[in-house]
Amino acid sequence: MDDGTFAHIAAIDPDQALVAFKHYLVGFAPEALQPLVSIVLTITPILLVFPLLFGLTTVIERKGLGRIQNRLGPNRVGLPFTRTRLFGFGQFIADGLKTLTKEDIVPRNADKIVHFLAPLALLVPVLLGFSVLPYGRNMVPIELDAGLLFFFAVGAGTELAVFMAGWSSRNKYSLLGAMRAIAQMLSYEIPLILSAVAVVMITGTLSTTRIVEAQLAGEGQWLANWHLFTPWGLAGFLLFLVAATAESNRSPFDIPEGESEIIAGYYIEYSGFKFALFFLGEYLGLFAMSGLAITLFLGGWAAPVSFLAFIPSWMWFFLKLFALIALFIWVRGTLPRLRMDQLMNFAWKFLLPLTLINLVNVALWHYLGGGWMGWVVCSLVIGVPYVWLGRALFAGRKLGPRTYRFAT
Amino acid sequence: MDAAFAILAALIVVSAAGAMFLRNLVHCALCLVATFGGLALVYLKLGAQFVGLVQILVYVGAVAILILFAILLTRSGEPAGQGRMAPGWPLGAGVAAAVFAVLAAAVSGSFVGTRSAGLVIEPAVVAIGHQLMTTYVLPLEVLALLLTAALIGAVIIAMKESK
Repeated sequence: MDDGTFAHIAAIDPDQALVAFKHYLVGFAPEALQPLVSIVLTITPILLVFPLLFGLTTVIERKGLGRIQNRLGPNRVGLPFTRTRLFGFGQFIADGLKTLTKEDIVPRNADKIVHFLAPLALLVPVLLGFSVLPYGRNMVPIELDAGLLFFFAVGAGTELAVFMAGWSSRNKYSLLGAMRAIAQMLSYEIPLILSAVAVVMITGTLSTTRIVEAQLAGEGQWLANWHLFTPWGLAGFLLFLVAATAESNRSPFDIPEGESEIIAGYYIEYSGFKFALFFLGEYLGLFAMSGLAITLFLGGWAAPVSFLAFIPSWMWFFLKLFALIALFIWVRGTLPRLRMDQLMNFAWKFLLPLTLINLVNVALWHYLGGGWMGWVVCSLVIGVPYVWLGRALFAGRKLGPRTYRFAT
Repeated sequence: MDAAFAILAALIVVSAAGAMFLRNLVHCALCLVATFGGLALVYLKLGAQFVGLVQILVYVGAVAILILFAILLTRSGEPAGQGRMAPGWPLGAGVAAAVFAVLAAAVSGSFVGTRSAGLVIEPAVVAIGHQLMTTYVLPLEVLALLLTAALIGAVIIAMKESK
């Protein structure tokens, strides 16, 4: 495609248009610089699209939560100096400008260097996670044999950033928030990884591209082979989603923030743009997790049914991403926050056993070769422990109306 | 020696020195994390994807947090009125030098130095998985048993004694 003309690009399949356009642009660079230009052209869209998506998500989330709570949400800010309101979608630009111009306050006793490095240490690993997600056919930034392992490896760096933020602020609420966050992230990392292992067992690869390829519809098949459409995949997806919610500190697992208990957790002492960076990091982490859930269980860029395959693959990825974001907003508007002990019990006594059982389930599905027999056996293998565990954990507990010991 | 290796080596040496010489223990631990990360990058540069990524996952993700928690739970604040060097530092330096000598002798005596470069098994992760599940399945199981025993032991120590 190096000698391709623009007209030539426009004529080809929209599915590959972005890839072709990139090759076209790379063709302009001198031979020696081409690898570098190619890298820049891969990274720049990621750095543009996802922060923009973050901006849009903040507005959509506030509007969505507003609707759930029977109010309007942001609906004023539009284009400046005009009366155009854009349904309030100018809000995130105003918020961004506000955080940029706000004073950056660092506590006198804070550990200045660590305090400065913490937001960056959070953002960099999160952004690295985006480099192994396949956004469309032939659209993966780096093709790694161990792409999934890479995703989880860089994700481990975020815990350290949270610790750095909490510790360096010299504030007891910060430190408490950081401790809560680390305990939560370490606990939920195990069900997260184990539910992803189920997919690795069935596809036999750690490469994200090949995991997506394994979920494509075969010849003459109208329904795609998404892992979601199997009993172990459905269970795995739900387990993964719960663990991902906790891992990205989203409600109902937003205990590290816990505004009503510890003010704002590990980022109390952050103001101005550093706070915005934490905010950005948290949402980008959520997008990356959703992207991984899409890759593992929702067929990546694959269309659900073959007659919808005319929609470009990258559009499918973003449609699914929007659907998951909407789900996360809905969950946030619906469920109350858990308590710390409930959180730990849920991770270790409920999620972890179920993810382990799901691994057995995958093996059973593999050896039964699917079919109705596989459906019956695998649904029972995961369904019975689910009901039994749920009942056993609730046994002997009074689930009456809430009583308050310290407030009347 | 190329530029990338030089940068990584400088990162590892400087952060390791920081881990030894900084006054604040948490700073030392954070420097140690940088050392772990640098080592992982060296592994990745050598084409050992699996080892490099596991190094990040285990050391940067888990061991670092363990060290930081241990520091926070055992002592608070910075030690007052202590020299930069512990009193018995010559002994420590001697032990370190002896360990280095043994490792250097073992490495230089092995086939690693004589092997030609560019020996990459593709894909490495699959090969490691196969080896673990076939040739080394017994050591793997023994290790798993040992770790489970350690885990149960830790729970028993942490458990409150009921009277």
